[in-house]
Amino acid sequence: MFDLTGRTALVTGASGGIGRAIAQALSEAGAKVALSGTRENVLEEVAATLKGESAIVPCNLSDEEAVNGLVSKTEEAIGPLDILVANAGITRDKLLMQMNDDDWNDVLSVNLGSYFRLTKSCVRGMMKRRHGRIIGITSIVGVTGNPGQTNYCASKAGMIGFTKSLAQEVASRGITANTIAPGFIASPMTDVLPDNQKEALLRQIPSGRLGEGADIAAAAVYLASNEAAYVTGQTLHVNGGMAMI
Amino acid sequence: MSDVLERVKKIVVENLDVDGDKVVESASFIDDLGADSLDLVELVMAFEEEFNIEIPDDVQESIRTVGDAVTHIKAHI
Repeated sequence: MFDLTGRTALVTGASGGIGRAIAQALSEAGAKVALSGTRENVLEEVAATLKGESAIVPCNLSDEEAVNGLVSKTEEAIGPLDILVANAGITRDKLLMQMNDDDWNDVLSVNLGSYFRLTKSCVRGMMKRRHGRIIGITSIVGVTGNPGQTNYCASKAGMIGFTKSLAQEVASRGITANTIAPGFIASPMTDVLPDNQKEALLRQIPSGRLGEGADIAAAAVYLASNEAAYVTGQTLHVNGGMAMI
Repeated sequence: MSDVLERVKKIVVENLDVDGDKVVESASFIDDLGADSLDLVELVMAFEEEFNIEIPDDVQESIRTVGDAVTHIKAHI
């Protein structure tokens, strides 16, 4: 099950914890994977851990021109694109009262604007080939909200609405579009939390642990698979039961 | 090189799965040939490929009939 042999995938934000895990899982399932991100040396490290064919396509997602060219760069490297995993994202956390235009625009442009651009540039080829998988990595807070993250939550909720609309536009052409909404995932940021804060965090999670990159990656492999052909426009919540929506 | 109308006709018949007789210059892709807006996008993609031209988004919106397509293509090849 969930064999991606012969498929190609582009993963943005592949140098981060979740992106890396997704790239590894897609590769494990047989896909050729293009890794995108800004830190080229880290992308090299990730590529070295993949067992299958891979490519590195660095891109700064705040550079609109570069984003517009990313899919064609990817296709030159690994062939026509079957699977897009839009995972890259940034935060500029502040209370709304303190948030300035740059905080707002940067987050919306990188998280949501690049999703629009990337999707637009790969959907044409996918339509021709009558097959495609668009997977947006959103966040639980895009659905629940979170104080200090009006910009980030707006961008993540935006991804969900965008994906639902796109899913309806392209469903008849064999293309699915879904989002995955991770809950709290272990990262260098959560590692350094003091014990009492960690405990408070864990009390909110019925599973009693933080998520791992691999938990999200498994969901991505599923949504990318042939078996998920009838699943589209959905948000798959992977959060240990922290929010049941 | 065969006539532009004939080549357009062939693409329309293949893409929309319609009878060749219905594909006349005055035929509207949506009203007469049963295309939806996504079919229209795909048709334009097929025209671009067949004639090796680029049809900008704002022009795409003005292509409503077979004749519109032929006129535009003739002007750009």
